[in-house]
Amino acid sequence: MAIDSDVLVVGGGLAGITAAIAASREGADVRLVSHKASTLRQASGLIDGLGYVPATEPAKPLREGPPTAGRNLDPDEWPDPEGPLAEPYAGIDSLPEEHPYRLVGADALRDGLALFDDLVGDAYVGGHTDRNALVPTFGGGVKPTARYPESVAAGLASDDRPMLIVGFRSLTEYDARAFADRLEASGVPFDVAGVEVEFAEAFRADAKITRFAKALDRNEPVDGTPAREALAKAVAPHLHDVVDDDGNVDRVERVGFPAFLGDDEAAAVRADLADRLGADVFEIPMGPPSLPGLRLEDRLYDALDAEGVRFETGIPVVDYETDADGRIQHLLLNRKGSKIPYGADAVVLATGGLVGKGLDSDREGVREPVLDLHVPQPSDRYEWFVDDAFGEQPYARFGVRPDERLRALDENGAVAYGNVWVAGAVVGGADVAREKSASGVSLATGLVAGQEAAREVRQ
Amino acid sequence: MTRDTGHDDGDERHGTNNTDESTEGSSHSDGVVRTDGGSDIESDDRTATDGGVESVTGGSDSTELDPDAYDPIDVFPEGELDLRDGADSCYKCTSCDTSCPVAEVDDEFPGPKFQGPEQWRLKRKEDADIDESITSCSNCMRCDDACPSSVPLSQMHNEARGQFVEEQMEKLSVEYVRNRILANYRTSARLASIVPRLSTYAMNFGPARWVMDKTLGIPKEREFPEFATTTFREWWRDRGGAQVSNPDKRVAYFHGCYSNYNTPEVGKAMVRVYEHFGYEVMVPPQKCSGTPMFANGMLKDARRHAVTNVENLIEAIGEGADVIASCTSCSMSLRQEYPELFDIHGIEDVSDHTFEALEYLRIHEDLTGALEEASPGDERSYAYHAPCHARNQGLSRQAVETFRDVDGVTMEDVGDSCSGISGTYGWKSEKYEKSMEIGEEMFHHMEDAEGEVGMTECPTCAMQMEHGTGYEIEHPLQLLEDTLVA
Repeated sequence: MAIDSDVLVVGGGLAGITAAIAASREGADVRLVSHKASTLRQASGLIDGLGYVPATEPAKPLREGPPTAGRNLDPDEWPDPEGPLAEPYAGIDSLPEEHPYRLVGADALRDGLALFDDLVGDAYVGGHTDRNALVPTFGGGVKPTARYPESVAAGLASDDRPMLIVGFRSLTEYDARAFADRLEASGVPFDVAGVEVEFAEAFRADAKITRFAKALDRNEPVDGTPAREALAKAVAPHLHDVVDDDGNVDRVERVGFPAFLGDDEAAAVRADLADRLGADVFEIPMGPPSLPGLRLEDRLYDALDAEGVRFETGIPVVDYETDADGRIQHLLLNRKGSKIPYGADAVVLATGGLVGKGLDSDREGVREPVLDLHVPQPSDRYEWFVDDAFGEQPYARFGVRPDERLRALDENGAVAYGNVWVAGAVVGGADVAREKSASGVSLATGLVAGQEAAREVRQ
Repeated sequence: MTRDTGHDDGDERHGTNNTDESTEGSSHSDGVVRTDGGSDIESDDRTATDGGVESVTGGSDSTELDPDAYDPIDVFPEGELDLRDGADSCYKCTSCDTSCPVAEVDDEFPGPKFQGPEQWRLKRKEDADIDESITSCSNCMRCDDACPSSVPLSQMHNEARGQFVEEQMEKLSVEYVRNRILANYRTSARLASIVPRLSTYAMNFGPARWVMDKTLGIPKEREFPEFATTTFREWWRDRGGAQVSNPDKRVAYFHGCYSNYNTPEVGKAMVRVYEHFGYEVMVPPQKCSGTPMFANGMLKDARRHAVTNVENLIEAIGEGADVIASCTSCSMSLRQEYPELFDIHGIEDVSDHTFEALEYLRIHEDLTGALEEASPGDERSYAYHAPCHARNQGLSRQAVETFRDVDGVTMEDVGDSCSGISGTYGWKSEKYEKSMEIGEEMFHHMEDAEGEVGMTECPTCAMQMEHGTGYEIEHPLQLLEDTLVA
């Protein structure tokens, strides 16, 4: 006997969760399975929609001849991307035709973001406007983003209040002074200074960010002083470090920290620090693994629970069975050796892209490993990439090609299996890293795939 | 006292069975690994080790691979466990560290990434000692579930811990003796069960506990579990064994030590529920699953017990049974750690045929249908905690799902934190405080939950839940029995 559901969603990231909730709200009985703990814990916690429209065609054509590495163009010969966009919806028409946003339309992005707002409540900000917010991230860059955690709200680059950035010597990947310099150089409308303080030194040299978060959550004593007080004390002498262009000293009105200000008690930690410093306190999203990502994961899995969606993590799909019509009947999941059949009327595949391992590749080709769906790609490997690491990489857009209802298509352009929908990074056509569109693509395609799958099941 | 008799075959070889699997796909006669040049990550000294070939593509103007350009190299001395594939898969994303409940509270613990792939590389490069911090790993195995690259972290930890205990730990030290006693819980429990009431009293006698804390490092704060006056196996014998005979539906029950000596009501519930569904229950001879032994690096002890278990379970499988465990750490051990660590005839079959009790019913019976009209008869609210080892088998939500819609039952998930006890970890004086710090989040969530009875599949999680909240703790099988059978 199989474990049956109306809609079976494969993948525990943003796209999978969105699809599962969208399908559930259409009245379907939904189950979500994922191989590993959610990839949300690797994500910054920012929810971008569309920040840039990169050029997909070079300024001049590639030279004729067999494809080799030398045939690629100099980075300078590519037009600059359009952006940062004032608002995400404005750029959708300039995207390539096979982009997921072009398939599902701007309204799908709008509805996906609205669903997200509903799920996260007041933990996130940005829903009050169509415009992108500019959020400083830990490299010193400013990212255009549609929604952002409440914890980063006081740090927006469009705000003109003077800013202090706090860093710690032991956090080597996060250099507060370089960060402040880069922000300044990018022309932000406020004065900013970076400072390194002693606090993290009380912990082991390679302490995990979860260790800091836990110590602040519990307000553990650090060398005899409660953690929040100890951190505020370390920062307090620097509140007048910011000097404006005329050499005047401002008392800062907001202080930014690496994103480890608590986990379960994050809001209380921030409020406590703000109180002690007499300034707004905000977090700067960092690379993976990230506390804002972990907090979002917790919140969205609570939402799944509240919606009545069943979910299981830690078990990979290893095989599938089709019925006489070629439709997927069962997915076989590997529970530590035994293959367990999971039955479903509709399958939503939201397994991620090349980084998330929803796409697999070797020298022979790029594959979708769960259902062996067709992934369009140049047959010559040298056409998969260009020399400029940050350039328009064709492989970034690899993925399954769906129809406008997000049903997966086979190599002939026909609907594959008949009951398989795709969502998120496994869908081809977007270069989410350059576009700053990863979350938006997941929300828009997750919403449409989940709704379409559920509607099909109900018929 | 800690010495177990029988089946001590002294075979020290373990863990060689994975060598074939991890070199699969490349040519591997005689355990020789052949590099295929297909890896994107190649160390700078690679060209020196595989015969001085300068370019894997045979030159800048050719894209053709020249298969003759590499020589097979023997990377590992014969018989050693080859975990290089696993170490190479680690791209240092640090997800494992973020999921580690110990690293969150213990400043001295460098985390699973160090304990696994990094330490393994250090070992390969020069013959460095295993770092003592490996003994602080509680073997919750959360890192396995967190790793997006399927690095076999817990396998690496088990190997390293085994090696540390075998080669570096002072065998006359109090810590070793204490760990050996904790790891061999079955032995103590068997002796204690001869005079259960006296044992329960003596083990929790205040002055005795003070002495145990001071001399053995067993925290006086903990209460020893009560020993049953009738063990599960005695009950099974007294009732005359199976009441249902059915050659088409057979299960072999791996009750583990705890259901036998401490909570036979869980074992009885298992039998009654399975017989209710028409299964013939077999109760083969068995020893400890090995879980507490892995966590303490006592791999030889674990192997000795595994030999007995595999021998008896494989016989039951031969008679058409699947193996059912009611403790999620036992099923975890049989399913994952056995084939990862030991090379015993039939061990893969045991792994493939082992299931958790509720999981098996959900796969093979229409449990939803059976529960639709059923009710335990009174209103019940539970605060459910999913053990880490259930999480790793994809079972963390099964109790909530199964009972959520049952009439009269409220089942609340108290979140994804670790209970902190991790088997024997919380039973060590030097770890007790950390164990309670890890558990704090779960205690809070339990107190926030509506129910005042706890529920979990893991006996030591149950101890911790009871210790931290004072709640009575049940196993899902007991609720299933009350709902369907009683």
